[in-house]
Amino acid sequence: MSTSAPFIDVQGLSKHFDVSASFLNRLIEGKPKQNLIAVNGVSFQIEQGTTLALVGESGCGKSTIAKLLVGLYEPTQGSVKLQGVDVHACYRSPRALQLRRRVQMIFQDPYASLNPRWHVQDIVAEPLLEHGLMSNATDIEQRVGELLSKVGLNPLDRIKYPHQFSGGQRQRISIARALATQPEFLVCDEPTSALDVSVQAQVLNIMQDLQTQHGLTYLFISHNLAVVRHVSDRVGVMYLGRLVELAPTDQLFLNPQHPYTRMLLEAIPKLRDTGRARTPVQGEVPNPLNPPSGCTFHPRCPQATDRCKQERPALRTMGRIQIACHAVT
Amino acid sequence: MHSTQDCNKTMALLDVQNLVVEFPTRRGNLRVLDGISFSIEKGEILGVVGESGAGKSLTGASIIGLLETPGRVSQGQILLHGQRIDHLNQEEMRHVRGKKIGAIFQDPLTSLNPLYSMGQQLIETIQTHLPMNHQQAQQRAIDLLKETGISAAEERLHYYPHQFSGGMRQRVVIALALAAEPELIVADEPTTALDVSIQAQIISLLKNICKQRGAAVMLITHDMGVIAETCDRVAVMYAGRIVEIGPVVDVIHSPAHPYTAGLMASIPDIFHSRERLNQIDGAMPRLNAIPSGCAFHPRCDKHTEQCKTHRPELMHAGATQAACWLVAKEGV
Amino acid sequence: MWDSDLGYSFRHSPMAMVAALIAFICLFCALFAPWVAPTNPFDMVALELSDSLLPPIWQEGSNPKYLLGTDDQGRDILSALMYGARISLLVGLASVFLSVIVGVTLGLLAGFLGGILDAFIMRVCDVMLSFPAILVALLISGIGRALFPNANDALAFGVLIVSITLTGWVQYARTVRGSTMVERQKEYVQAARVTGVSSLRIMRRHVLPNVMGPVLVLATIQVATAIITEATLSFLGVGSPPTSPSLGTLIRIGNDFLFSGEWWITIFPGLMLVLISLSINLLGDWLRDALNPRLQ
Repeated sequence: MSTSAPFIDVQGLSKHFDVSASFLNRLIEGKPKQNLIAVNGVSFQIEQGTTLALVGESGCGKSTIAKLLVGLYEPTQGSVKLQGVDVHACYRSPRALQLRRRVQMIFQDPYASLNPRWHVQDIVAEPLLEHGLMSNATDIEQRVGELLSKVGLNPLDRIKYPHQFSGGQRQRISIARALATQPEFLVCDEPTSALDVSVQAQVLNIMQDLQTQHGLTYLFISHNLAVVRHVSDRVGVMYLGRLVELAPTDQLFLNPQHPYTRMLLEAIPKLRDTGRARTPVQGEVPNPLNPPSGCTFHPRCPQATDRCKQERPALRTMGRIQIACHAVT
Repeated sequence: MHSTQDCNKTMALLDVQNLVVEFPTRRGNLRVLDGISFSIEKGEILGVVGESGAGKSLTGASIIGLLETPGRVSQGQILLHGQRIDHLNQEEMRHVRGKKIGAIFQDPLTSLNPLYSMGQQLIETIQTHLPMNHQQAQQRAIDLLKETGISAAEERLHYYPHQFSGGMRQRVVIALALAAEPELIVADEPTTALDVSIQAQIISLLKNICKQRGAAVMLITHDMGVIAETCDRVAVMYAGRIVEIGPVVDVIHSPAHPYTAGLMASIPDIFHSRERLNQIDGAMPRLNAIPSGCAFHPRCDKHTEQCKTHRPELMHAGATQAACWLVAKEGV
Repeated sequence: MWDSDLGYSFRHSPMAMVAALIAFICLFCALFAPWVAPTNPFDMVALELSDSLLPPIWQEGSNPKYLLGTDDQGRDILSALMYGARISLLVGLASVFLSVIVGVTLGLLAGFLGGILDAFIMRVCDVMLSFPAILVALLISGIGRALFPNANDALAFGVLIVSITLTGWVQYARTVRGSTMVERQKEYVQAARVTGVSSLRIMRRHVLPNVMGPVLVLATIQVATAIITEATLSFLGVGSPPTSPSLGTLIRIGNDFLFSGEWWITIFPGLMLVLISLSINLLGDWLRDALNPRLQ
């Protein structure tokens, strides 16, 4: 099924943050203005009904991309299009509410993503009321009950407060809230990172079922490659604000091309490797305020050349994958 | 691997016998650890794994003697080299801590005092437990930093915690824990707050440095992968009890307890994607509402009448020990 | 409520229970003064000059009709206490109520919207804090009197309440601003944004319920402070009008008689003032400790 425009089309997305000290401090201490480039020219597409995962370590910008897509941040450069419509222009216009019906977000922290002073009923019903989808109180109650059942909770739980639920249950309430407006696109920012393994399994299963039932499109942000393997159709690997590799899931895991992807896969402790000694790659993620020149990964890369220190590799398409690496392309 | 019922072996380094920890609340005594028993041999790495609320951090805290009041050890004993340490007062425990038992916690940022340089903290710890003057302590601090992989150690001695990255801070915490040459290190989620690539480095460091010194490690974590790569034996905890304990290979690849089996099956595997992850329905019971008999029985699809009424103790199940009546029935 | 953590803490704190009892009695007497007080001391017709300067009942020369004695105009001290407490509490509660409204609103706006508005409000706070409350109150009172020389009672009270409010709102603004800045980062606020809820609604419906905790404690304690401030102003002669004297006014009136032996005219209003503010302060202390999640 190929449509003319991909469902989600991100082109050259960049986000800069001004993290300079206050004016007075800069004046007195003679410090320059400091710009943090959290996202640096990222492009990708997502087909409708599929899941794209973004993985990377701290400071790679994946959470920033999530917030850019749902309109919590304005991009410094680049564009995000939903079925050909520029998303940020829409968020600024009076038609913003319509767009927000179609795009929703699930957050990482199940304890902070629900207002502790509100009943679950009110939390899940808020999108319905805000978008004027329903006005009759009984209808709303029924719809909330339906949504809670969909995520595997008891509809009668809607009178309770968030603190009466466990982490996994709270995350399900978040999902129920996100589904209230029948969205088409769901951005999930590390939705299971704060959950125990067995609870994670429950939540991931629910998310998969819902995707099949409703034809949802997911952008799944995570640092856990095993989870990503399980849920996604395509995976994008990020490092210091840039995409270094983008490939179909199976291909990425069976045949990783980029040295960083290889390093990540190698670094994950694996269940089958009991007692195996391994030499991990040295180095840490550099300070995003002062990134290395050229390819930002070169200080840690076993295949770095002089060219890598000077020239930043562009994201090139090679068959089914896209990769930004001088050694490979 | 070790068999825990061998009476002829030398005395274990750490022996925990029937440990019960309670928190008095206004609604009655809350039992957070209910009869924990295990031992750690000299130089062995024991993993303690479980989900949140299982009591693994509390076990570590009881051993180090950092149980938050009003929590207290109400039954059982903790023996270090055959000597009881659970009933020592704060002053006595302070001497044990650091000298005999070292501790590594999860968040390196809060484990270090932000107002003192790394060197000062290291030297202070060294001088508290070892008879050295300032010069000797400083040299030892430098050696420790080098050993934990921090380059330019002499210079870095004067750095403050905020000037280090997360991974380096955790290395310093490890150096601090090892400063007085303890025989046992209790590490509570030492890598959870770190990036994946750094996790690998830190785990590798911990393993090597402890093996070199012959120090035993009690590694508390929820990450089975870390356990698989690092530990010799592992104890699986559920609702304040140990449900299975044994060599790592056996517990992971042929678990005897249904909870352990369920847990293993619900971990997503990086090597192949499955259609659905296996899930254990329900959730771990709250500590004030633990089911009678076997705490896991409401979530176990193989439970019997006996499981509802009688709490199973750890019993032999092939290469491991599991607290499960089904195992007894199979009669190993 | 009784069974909750707060109720449990209350039941196990003798100090809180005693303080609550005293505060309740004072409040009751003050609220229902016209029905509870033996006489109406401010009814000119009922006063009997012959009954003036009578000592309290346990001293010689007293009249059982006036339990705590009378002042120079024949007014029953006990009744005057109740009426006076009424005025004091009224002014105290009103000014705290206003302070909370102004302070919480400004604090929410400053914390949530940030930027120039935040900087501006905080500078105003800094300026207000650098003035002692009494001075500000004196200033406002003075201006009020100059503007409305023939003011009736209501206006005088209005000016009084405004002058106490003017410095009282700052602490709420600061506390709420801090809490708001924390809550603003939390994911439930971001979730509301993603849903499309306007900033104003988020502030009012999401953030406000979560920042009110410390405000409650502050307000309780500030009632006592406001009462004392009002008493001070009245003592200085720029507070409550003499026709509706508050406890402070009574103290001032009685002050003149202190050294001529009629000590009861000033001591009893003073004691009443101490009792009210002390009990409220103790209640506020207990509430702060009981609401503090870290102290279990």
